Amino acid sequence: MHAKSLGRRLLCLAGGAALTLAALIGAHGSVYAKSSLSLGMALEPPHLDATAGAAAAIDEVVYQNVFQGLTRIGPDGRVLPSLASSWETSADGMTYRFHLQKDVVFHDGTAFSADDVKFSLDRARADSSVNAQKQLFAKIAEVVVVDPATVDIKLSSPSGNLAYNLGWGDAVIVSPRTAKTNKTQPVGTGPFKFERWIKGQEIRLSRFEGYWGEQPKLEQASFRFMSDPNAAFAAMISGDLDAFPNFHAPETIVQFEADPRFEVVIGTTEGETILAMNNARGPLKNKLVRQAISHAVDKQAVIDGAMFGHGTPIGTHFAPHHPAYKDLTGQYAYDPAKAKELLAKAGYPDGFSATLKLPPPTYSRRGGELIASDLKKVGIDLKIVPVEWAQWLSEVFKETNYDFTIVSHVEPMDIGIYARDTYYFNYESDALKALINELNVTIDEEKRYELLKQAQQMIADDAVNVYLFQLAKSGVWNANVKGLWHNTPTPSNDLSQVYWEGN
Amino acid sequence: MFWFAFLRLLGLTITLLAASLVIFLVLEVIPGDPAEVMLGLSAQADTLAALRTELGLNAPATERYVTWVLGMFQGNFGISYTYSVPVAELISERIQVSLPLAIGALTLSTILAIPIGVYSARHHGKSVDTGIMSIAQIGIAIPNFWFAILLVYVFAIVLRILPSGGFPGWGESVTGSLQALILPVVALALPQASILARVMRSALLDVLHEDFIRTARAKGLSNSATLWRHGVRNALIPVLTILGLQFSFLIAGTVIIENVFYLPGLGRLIFQGITQRDLIVVKSSVMLLVALTIFVTFLVDIAYAAIDPRLRQSR
Repeated sequence: MHAKSLGRRLLCLAGGAALTLAALIGAHGSVYAKSSLSLGMALEPPHLDATAGAAAAIDEVVYQNVFQGLTRIGPDGRVLPSLASSWETSADGMTYRFHLQKDVVFHDGTAFSADDVKFSLDRARADSSVNAQKQLFAKIAEVVVVDPATVDIKLSSPSGNLAYNLGWGDAVIVSPRTAKTNKTQPVGTGPFKFERWIKGQEIRLSRFEGYWGEQPKLEQASFRFMSDPNAAFAAMISGDLDAFPNFHAPETIVQFEADPRFEVVIGTTEGETILAMNNARGPLKNKLVRQAISHAVDKQAVIDGAMFGHGTPIGTHFAPHHPAYKDLTGQYAYDPAKAKELLAKAGYPDGFSATLKLPPPTYSRRGGELIASDLKKVGIDLKIVPVEWAQWLSEVFKETNYDFTIVSHVEPMDIGIYARDTYYFNYESDALKALINELNVTIDEEKRYELLKQAQQMIADDAVNVYLFQLAKSGVWNANVKGLWHNTPTPSNDLSQVYWEGN
Repeated sequence: MFWFAFLRLLGLTITLLAASLVIFLVLEVIPGDPAEVMLGLSAQADTLAALRTELGLNAPATERYVTWVLGMFQGNFGISYTYSVPVAELISERIQVSLPLAIGALTLSTILAIPIGVYSARHHGKSVDTGIMSIAQIGIAIPNFWFAILLVYVFAIVLRILPSGGFPGWGESVTGSLQALILPVVALALPQASILARVMRSALLDVLHEDFIRTARAKGLSNSATLWRHGVRNALIPVLTILGLQFSFLIAGTVIIENVFYLPGLGRLIFQGITQRDLIVVKSSVMLLVALTIFVTFLVDIAYAAIDPRLRQSR
């Protein structure tokens, strides 16, 4: 009897489990309120203090939603007023005066004033600062509180970039009362306040009723994190997510384009994607070799093959949508014969072998395979070494222990990295340094554009790196969702203008 | 029984200490600096130094090892470099997803596998048996992440009766949380059930050829009473061994499954911890998994002794 009942019991258990399952399945339904938005992101931010980390995911959640700066970078990349309603420069260009917005309160209810501005900027510049973009504040000599609604920023030398720099996510204004806890409980002045963070899963924001500006239409927003492209695809298709502004599986975009429920927007980013070369190593020291390699890589094939056609060719380290862009894509047209000729001239008629270290992103891993096969055709044998980000940062970026790597430089307006004393591609040019120094003290816009164009030409002539393409931003969202940014002039998912159509 | 348990426990402690040393050394050796990962490409040298000091990364390795191990004995797992919250808090949040997931999968696979295995053994050589075993063979061959994607496609995209992933949390919605675990549990359980069913079947077949089965039948016991009382009970030992081994496979399997279903579990915590070089999180979570696996092995050993009196006497 006992023996038989064991078998029966197991059967009952199985039956019970099946029934519970059936009951649970029936209860599921995806009904979303039209005043909330759930938005997908590939990576979860490590923490939420935009002034203490380089991860773009931090800005993608909090910048312009929770935190605001004196200025802000708009959807088209222009500098717009934010906490500062206006500003002016002294005649010598050494002092900026910012007039602050009135009636601004932080999410904890305390009032915002000029003291908070001084605190935030001094904190970012301090010796103990852990700001990932400390160079943004390098020119600031002193921050002076004139009155509660006016701040003067005194510079050590004139700077044409200050208003732009203060619009970065790293330059947002924080309150001295909450600065220490912003990593887990961010408190800012923006239209949304932090609600809850279920780590590994999602971050929730809700509309801040005390916001000084125009109230956003959304009441709730949740940012959900899914690094697996299949998971992201399934979540969008099944309607669990309303938007995925930076969709990371280019191969599935076509399916969304064919589906009328979705809108697909291919926009621009600030990501110049390059085949970086260690200019201090072996054959790569030779400009002719670098030029040969620039001719040997079929950039359009990389865009088509690795990015499914999404990406704009570039000929230099500059964003094509910027007014100061100079089109140099023709300078190193794909020409393996010419590449071989240049290699022979440089003394490497039979080519050479080298390593190509590839960090995890798709553009790098997929692009690397294509480039290796291109270079093989001209006799350069590349050994592909996949690395993870942490390893890339140590080995490639810090120790410059590499020959080639593929990476996207996503910081806006970063041509200045070519003038740094030590930077991972080890390019040394006094001419460019002089040029960038001049640019940094030039305020007149037209003159700045002229200098920027000269700099673009200079690095292209020296073939410092192979300039592959400008990374595209593939956004996918529900066709009724309006107001999301189409481009990425700076990492942000600004939700202040987002609404559901027909609501 | 007491000595048996005591000696086992002593062995466990030594194993744990050895594991902690290996984990620490491996993480010391791998390239990558948490401060660099956090501050990115534009970080200045003085900023990096300031952050390293803040995180306590400047102390010598031996000191950090001793602090870590002593801390764990007191239940203090340290503060996550990236999240800036106690590691213990992170782990306890995550285990609320991973443990139900692993236990659910283990239960489901057992409930499925044992009756199927017994049924198959009973109808040994017939076409039902061949059919069941070929299905089980397919179940073993299918990778669980692929099966998971297939489940999402059918139940979340085509039928739309279950969520494609995510986890609302027990405090928020119990039904929602259970719903969220259904597909992951099934994806994890089915390959395991296939293995287990095959083991159950072959173990039972071996036992059914033993002399004592014939004796039991000869003394007048019915076919099914012989099967359950003498057959299944004796066949359980190898099944139990496999179950114990499977538990560690399940824990490892959750790393992949949690990514497919974007569940905030321990597996994803470790995965993120490694990519962001949040070494303190990785160290402590891996240590926890080691402890869990060792503990389960210990339970299996005890269970052997409970099922088979001969094992108790031999020690």
